[in-house]
Amino acid sequence: MSASSLAETGQYLTFKLDEEVFALDISKVREVLDFTKITKVPQTPDFMLGVINLRGSVMPVVDMRLKFGLSKTETTVNTCIIIVEIDLDGEVAMLGALVDSVQEVMELDPDQIEPPPRIGTRLNTKFIKGMGKQGEGFLIIIDIDKVFSADELIMAQEMGGEQLPLAETG
Amino acid sequence: MKDKNREAYKEEAYELLAELEESLLALEASPEDEELIGRVFRAMHTIKGSGAMFGFEDIASFTHEVETVFDLVRDGQVRVTKDLVDLSLAARDEIRAMLEGDEPEDVHQRPGIIAGFRGLIPGAAGEAGSGPAPAPPGEEDSWAGAPATYRIRFRPAADIFLSGANPCHLLNELRQLGDFNVVAQTEAIPFLADINPERCYTSWDLFLTTSRGFDAIADVFIFVADDSELDIQMIDDGTADRGDYKKLGEILVARGDLDEDSLTRLLAQRQLIGEALISTGLVSGDKVESALVEQRHVRAAQKKRQENEGAASIRVPSAKLDKLVDLVGELVTVQARLSQTAINFQDSQLTAIAEEVERLTGDLRDNALNMRMLPIGTIFSKFQRLVRDLSGELGRQVGLITAGAETELDKTVLERLNDPLVHLLRNSLDHGIESPEVRVQLGKPARGKISLTASHAGAQVIIRVQDDGRGLDQEAIRAKAVQLGWLAPEVEISDKELFSFIMSPGFSTAREVTSVSGRGVGMDVVKKAIEALQGSIEIDSQKGVGTSITIKLPLTLAIIEGLLVTIEEDYFVVPLSVVTECVELTREDVARAHGHKMARVRDEIVPYVHLRERFAMEGLPPAIEQIVITEMNGSKVGLVVDQVIGEQQTVIKSLGRVYRHVAGISGATLLGDGTVALILDAAQLVQGQAGELLN
Repeated sequence: MSASSLAETGQYLTFKLDEEVFALDISKVREVLDFTKITKVPQTPDFMLGVINLRGSVMPVVDMRLKFGLSKTETTVNTCIIIVEIDLDGEVAMLGALVDSVQEVMELDPDQIEPPPRIGTRLNTKFIKGMGKQGEGFLIIIDIDKVFSADELIMAQEMGGEQLPLAETG
Repeated sequence: MKDKNREAYKEEAYELLAELEESLLALEASPEDEELIGRVFRAMHTIKGSGAMFGFEDIASFTHEVETVFDLVRDGQVRVTKDLVDLSLAARDEIRAMLEGDEPEDVHQRPGIIAGFRGLIPGAAGEAGSGPAPAPPGEEDSWAGAPATYRIRFRPAADIFLSGANPCHLLNELRQLGDFNVVAQTEAIPFLADINPERCYTSWDLFLTTSRGFDAIADVFIFVADDSELDIQMIDDGTADRGDYKKLGEILVARGDLDEDSLTRLLAQRQLIGEALISTGLVSGDKVESALVEQRHVRAAQKKRQENEGAASIRVPSAKLDKLVDLVGELVTVQARLSQTAINFQDSQLTAIAEEVERLTGDLRDNALNMRMLPIGTIFSKFQRLVRDLSGELGRQVGLITAGAETELDKTVLERLNDPLVHLLRNSLDHGIESPEVRVQLGKPARGKISLTASHAGAQVIIRVQDDGRGLDQEAIRAKAVQLGWLAPEVEISDKELFSFIMSPGFSTAREVTSVSGRGVGMDVVKKAIEALQGSIEIDSQKGVGTSITIKLPLTLAIIEGLLVTIEEDYFVVPLSVVTECVELTREDVARAHGHKMARVRDEIVPYVHLRERFAMEGLPPAIEQIVITEMNGSKVGLVVDQVIGEQQTVIKSLGRVYRHVAGISGATLLGDGTVALILDAAQLVQGQAGELLN
């Protein structure tokens, strides 16, 4: 399924975290928003920034830098929220991904994409769909469903919960 | 298309089955009630008839067997017994299983049920054995036909008394057939001096709405018809919809009491026709009176029919209603923003429009929410069955009394209330009510009583499950709590607090307490379910006398009244239903408490949760903080915030899957300026506090 969809659309939205360029399958992207005020939900891990009001619905936002082990995002004029559609255990959920900047929409032929490297990346390789060649450089095509799989989110929540003086611990 | 029809049939059949169950249970209590027998019969008849029409032949042929027996019951040939009710209930379940299409496993039950029914047919047992075909769907049945209204003019022969007949008996007989009205015509009665007491001077105009048909009426008069003047006419065939019945003048013309020419002339005079007729002496007062009764009677019959047919209601898939409520929720948010903008602009025209929109939105919201309201009685009827079956199983004699079935609750609340209530009823039956022998020894009536009541109290619904069983054993619960280390042996606590222990997880699993205290299996599950509905639960009990469990629920889950507060820059909403008051908390107060999170509110010591600390928020608290005092399960706990803004209509938004399990937060809402505010789950926050206190 993932291989065929890769071949079909061939279009990617690229964005930057730190100095690295990442790419997202365009069919996963709903829209791109400017940075807006985020309401923090208490007792949740740091990378889960909180929620925003997206035209009347409440949308969770995740800091991609923290999620990928970089330092916390410093808000600039280029900071954007990419609204992505993810598949959570067969249920479609929407989520905002906070990134340093959004670059462009570009096309990649299948022969421009190489399988993910085993080593040499800071990123957990299971999050990577492939490496796209762009001139001299590379861009990392991420598998957003895996990044935000139910396991990842629930694990994060449990971690967040442990730091708290909950009643059950006494 | 056919599938659609089948779906419609299924839906209708489910409703009929529910009604059938209710009628059967009621019938068990009053086996002689002809109306109930009629209802059972009609339900069966409809299920059979439309079943055959939509291709459910198996259901049709099965139901036919049941219908046959109830036909005999109706005729008085078979009596209603517990066996019959048992059998019929089994048949009802069987039909339901057939509707759901999971028959293969149950198929072996069917011959047993059919044989049972055949055995009930007097003299014909086994005779009708060769699989009788279902009657054709369109089959006319004089009883099950639509009720029609008849006008009967009955003028007995003057010497009717001499034959030993009493006209009053005839009238009473008619009364049995259906809805009945009588007008006596007294104009033929002579002056007292001329009266011959052995003669009958009175005649009657009778109006009867019945489904028995013309012949049944004629049968009543069979012995007097020859000598009397009798005129039976159908004046409403039971199919005409709505619309008013004839006008008074038309009725009189139709009866031949008045000719048309006179009517036209009279109408030209533009008086009230009744008065005009009497004053001109064209028609006697009695006759006008009789015509008026006819008018009223037919209108009443038509109205009743409309109500029965539910012509005023339509079916809407609940998903559409949910969508509507969602949209209304968004509208409420936008409206709040409009109102805020109008205030900022200080433009009188804009303000006027904003106020208008506010009013309309409020009405729209109330209406939309109202549409999702269902009477709680829809689940009550299921419980009758549950209690009946369980009490048989457990060897108890129990009567379930329900009250307040008309109390309305939001559909989603109602759906999620079912399981907890089943649990509570089971508990009452299993552990509460004693066996009949024990009850008699204790001087209680052998038959136990469980009452299930629902009522409104402001924006809340109160549901109470009460039994007169053995009650909870305070001592045993106390001992267990001490043993678990949840309670210091010397501490005095109220019964309410003591009983709330049995709703804590871990407490309930202890079997030996259950057997003594008589309760506690899965009460924590019940409590969780109720709290998930923003409700609260309270136990009250007296050993040996009984237990009463009170559940308080909000009317709806979609929109609540909330109290808007801030901590640092963030907004939070506390459901107003749990808030009792707000008081200030100064630095001196904190210092005086020596590190204990307790505040003195008038004469009470109230523990509090410092939300800023609890949520690990940065920044320093203001010099004067606010405590929002909440009350749940009879105990008060404060929530400390920076500032209290005020009351707020809160449209509840889900936080989505990602934030589903955040402790202390139950959802989010949007403020007038578009900011997201989080809704606090007071019960969870307070629970955490209670845990800390015990440490």
